[in-house]
Amino acid sequence: METKNIMIVGVGGQGTLLTSRILGGIMLSAGYDVKLSEVHGMAQRGGSVVTFVRYGDKVYEPIVEEGQADVLIAFERLEAMRYVQFLKKDGVLIVNDQRIDPMPVITGAAEYPSNIIETISDGRAVYSMDAKAKALELGNSKVFNIIILGMAAKHMNFSKEQWLDVIAKTVPEKTIEINQKAFIAGYES
Amino acid sequence: MEKIVMLGNEAIARGAYEAGVKVSAAYPGTPSTEISENLVKYDEVYCEWSPNEKVACEVAIGASMTGVRSLCCMKHVGLNVASDPLYSFSYIGVNGGMVLVVADDPGIYSSQNEQDTRMVARAAMVPVIEPSDSQEAKDFIKEAFDLSEKYDTPIIVRTTTRLAHSQGIVTLEERKNIEDKPYEKNIAKNVMMPAQAKARHIFVEKRLKDMAADAEFMSINRLEMNDTKIGFITSGIAYQYVKEVFPKASVLKLGLVNPIPDKMVRDFAAKVDKLYIFEELEPVIELQVKAMGIECIGKELFTVQGEYSANMLRRVLKNEEVKNPSFDVPQRPPILCPGCPHRSVYTALKKLKLHAAGDIGCYTLGALAPLGVIDTAVCMGSSISTLHGMEKARGKEFIKDWVAVIGDSTFLHTGLNSLMNMVYNKATGTVCILDNSITGMTGHQDHAATGKTLKGDATYAVDLVELCKALGVENVRVVSSFDQDELTKVIKEEVAKDAVSVVICKAPCALLKGQIFPNKCVALPEKCKKCGACLKPGCPALTKNADGSVSIDATMCNGCGLCKQMCKFDAIDMVKRA
Ligand SMILES: Cc1ncc(C[n+]2csc(CCOP(=O)(O)OP(=O)(O)O)c2C)c(N)n1
Repeated sequence: METKNIMIVGVGGQGTLLTSRILGGIMLSAGYDVKLSEVHGMAQRGGSVVTFVRYGDKVYEPIVEEGQADVLIAFERLEAMRYVQFLKKDGVLIVNDQRIDPMPVITGAAEYPSNIIETISDGRAVYSMDAKAKALELGNSKVFNIIILGMAAKHMNFSKEQWLDVIAKTVPEKTIEINQKAFIAGYES
Repeated sequence: MEKIVMLGNEAIARGAYEAGVKVSAAYPGTPSTEISENLVKYDEVYCEWSPNEKVACEVAIGASMTGVRSLCCMKHVGLNVASDPLYSFSYIGVNGGMVLVVADDPGIYSSQNEQDTRMVARAAMVPVIEPSDSQEAKDFIKEAFDLSEKYDTPIIVRTTTRLAHSQGIVTLEERKNIEDKPYEKNIAKNVMMPAQAKARHIFVEKRLKDMAADAEFMSINRLEMNDTKIGFITSGIAYQYVKEVFPKASVLKLGLVNPIPDKMVRDFAAKVDKLYIFEELEPVIELQVKAMGIECIGKELFTVQGEYSANMLRRVLKNEEVKNPSFDVPQRPPILCPGCPHRSVYTALKKLKLHAAGDIGCYTLGALAPLGVIDTAVCMGSSISTLHGMEKARGKEFIKDWVAVIGDSTFLHTGLNSLMNMVYNKATGTVCILDNSITGMTGHQDHAATGKTLKGDATYAVDLVELCKALGVENVRVVSSFDQDELTKVIKEEVAKDAVSVVICKAPCALLKGQIFPNKCVALPEKCKKCGACLKPGCPALTKNADGSVSIDATMCNGCGLCKQMCKFDAIDMVKRA
């Protein structure tokens, strides 16, 4: 199989690292070679963060480069806009419809762009949801990232059961149920 | 054997475990921190956070001298701190194998410079091994221990951010049962005085020559002969980019990059028409190849700056430019978290119009807008001593509107010496220790003042007040980091004094585990005069609405109350969290 490329972008502290653990787990259990690359350190303090996931028969480089992503998962609108050039022409874009102002916007040095999703879609399929609101409905605002993962999972070739199984193996025991519920909420949206 | 997906750093820890390591010492530093955090999970290995890299290195040296395998991990700049023991231990050599894992940061994701560890290793005459993915990270660590004992040398395993923080599939193996080597007193080898060191210097030169000659038989160096029109000599993560772009090219993949395998390189160069050296940062392999009189192309084409990629290789060697339309969007630099005590301290310093000699940690972000308090930041521990230098150069009036700011972990790392020096040499500066009870920047590691070891056991916690007093500081004050009035008052008083002062600004890091935030702040639009004062400290939980009023994101707010203290119109209220 040709190598598939997934990218997760967001704001440091949004929990991209957990999402990538789950992705790594499912690819391994399905028998693929997989590499993931993530950002730790300074940028995790509210900076722009990127995670790359690549899987296939044999994966060499661990990063996804411009024009290569099959799926781009954005945990925040502005971050979707920042990295959309990484998406293939026919790639799938999943966006958490949330706004987090970066410091230049907070201080008034820059403006938060309007109509981001329309601007960047360029004829591509875009799936977006206010996952944080949905997560609050489910009773835990933190699981919004798993809702978004559920939305993205529809565009990958694994069964719902495989996903739920990997989630159970990856997240802390106490949070299995809420995370699985969150996943299903995204998957069935 | 079990296969799992592992972070590069996790794989290094696993490799050390499987290699039979018994002692590991480190000081945190991105991108090396997770090695210790994973290794400590194995009960067979003693693991500690030491106060700095020099101490950690010496702990590992002591362990090696007694005949057990030991590990020491750090980021690239940590090696500068540890280089004093390293240079001499290179002469001494090992009893039990000793490996240093040093993590470079091409692209400067989370560091203060982009230095190449391999250059330091060459100067110290220490062999260097470079893995290129998680599986190799584990395998090469084990190989490094065998080579360390075989050639009587410490070995550096050099990683980079991309390797350390990438995950890949790793096959697990059992832990080797390594017997402790007997300890024997050996002055000629273990005591570095001139006569002994002269003899050992001869040994060290020979050791590297022997390794270069033997290296073609080492499994960590691999020849992949294909099409001979172009050949690459490469190592580490750069190898992956070569394979991605030129799957048909011939490749000499080096695991040992200092020294390089003499004969292997000559044979390879003779077989290919055009030879490229592809390595991130400095031309370490390239200069060795060129010194052998072999023609090759390296840094003439490939930059010494930043991280490499497959697209970069495509652009330089194939003239293929990938350029998709992109948007010009506002930057998102890292920021202090909502509820971070540092923000409050900087707000007070800013009110007092003070300059700060800065240091390394989360609090370095105090240099950026909207706080903009920090003027300088060099390396860990430097804030106090640079402030001292300013005073000695320009007199005490020059620093009357200055303070030094330093984190608790950084203070214990190397700030201590500088403070002692200030008192000893009759300075008058003021030092603010930003004590958030943890090593924050690198993701929450304990240190000598937190009362907990790396293993999580309770231990003695250094009392910073008594420590500063013991160094001779007469004026030591402790203030809550969130009390704006008290902060401004105390700092103003201390800066005015003609003596060394320490102000310990104390409040736990907002991300510290187990913290409960009972309160949150809410904006009261009917009272809001839209003056924007609450926005000045730059808390990300606050947003300015279109009409100029403010809203506070309840899920982000940690209820620190700084914005409430900024508001003169009682338009922000503190309420109990539901
Ligand atoms: C010599 C050296 N070792 C390690 C590091 C990595 N590092 C950067 S900041 C920091 C610690 C900061 O902790 P602290 O001083 O408590 O400040 P905080 O981040 O908690 O505000 C470390 C370990 C470094 N930059 N230089």
